[in-house]
Amino acid sequence: MGSPSYTCPMTREEVINQYFLEHRAKMIDIAAFLDRVERARPAGTGDDYRLLAMVEALGILTDGAGKRAERVLDALSDPSLDPIAAAPGKGAAGAYAGKSGTEPKS
Amino acid sequence: MVSRTTDDYQRMAEAGCVAITEPAFWAGYDRSSAQGFYDYFRLLTGFEPKRAAQYGIEHYTWICMNPKEAEDLALARDVIEIIPEFLDEDNVLGVGEIGLNKNTRNELTILEEQIALAAEHEQLILVHTPHLEDKRKGTRITIDAIKRNGKIDPGRVLIDHVEEHTVGMVLDEGFWAGMTLYPNSKCTVQRAVDIIETYGNERLWVNSAGDWGHSDPMTVPRTGIELKRRGHGPELFDKISFRNPLTFLGQCAKFKVRDA
Repeated sequence: MGSPSYTCPMTREEVINQYFLEHRAKMIDIAAFLDRVERARPAGTGDDYRLLAMVEALGILTDGAGKRAERVLDALSDPSLDPIAAAPGKGAAGAYAGKSGTEPKS
Repeated sequence: MVSRTTDDYQRMAEAGCVAITEPAFWAGYDRSSAQGFYDYFRLLTGFEPKRAAQYGIEHYTWICMNPKEAEDLALARDVIEIIPEFLDEDNVLGVGEIGLNKNTRNELTILEEQIALAAEHEQLILVHTPHLEDKRKGTRITIDAIKRNGKIDPGRVLIDHVEEHTVGMVLDEGFWAGMTLYPNSKCTVQRAVDIIETYGNERLWVNSAGDWGHSDPMTVPRTGIELKRRGHGPELFDKISFRNPLTFLGQCAKFKVRDA
């Protein structure tokens, strides 16, 4: 289960007792979201890059390697370091479009 | 708090809030001229402190050209020209929140020019880091830009909106790190406490988003509840919500809030 550094004062059982139901619900939300996407008619020719990034990041949750939140955030991040020429808009999409898949029409 | 009603001031006062610092930021639309910013800065330095005072809350602010409107270099430079006029106002703590939004060349140019402005006027700096997929890259570019200036003490810079993948690089470089809390879309109360448990409580604090989007100033007191729920003592919440901000902001002589 990852790091042996016990910085949370609660016992593992207490953490699970406190937070399990909340996160069980969030997990089912993700499952239902993925089902919802499948039930919807495709608008483009390929898989949306945000969905591909999410599915890829889900693997981090069960790989047992620790630092899951940090690694999920990294997996959804733009890995480049150079400033871009111009802003495509003001908002962020939540996943890096350059990795794979097709961008959504906006 | 210009985007919030007085209900929020009331709730914050009831929760024990004694002071706020409000960054100059995007108004939800692009302003068409530097005069629009001038009027906004007057609001932040004139009317808003009076509004907060009605609830016993001291209001401080930061002045800058925000990154979301920095793409237009000519407009941004017109705004930068008027900033020094406001830096001596009683409630202005420094330059902020400067930074990047989409990590563009023009945003970086304006960020560098405002870092230089802060250095020239010996101001504290508040940095906004980009959201979601742009955050890690933007935080790295921002840190490099501040270091490249060479005249900025990292202990006089708060880099805000840190999350699990950026807090380490910010603290390792000697900066202060702020966790801006949101109800669900970005750093949440539970994750902020996770970060405190992982990275400690030095040069780290919590603050709340109170903007045009889904946000709630009560996320700060809820952090205290979350810490207590996990078995942390009250001194930890006191440190990350009050004493650490006091230490950082107290570097500005105009910040009058002192330890009780």
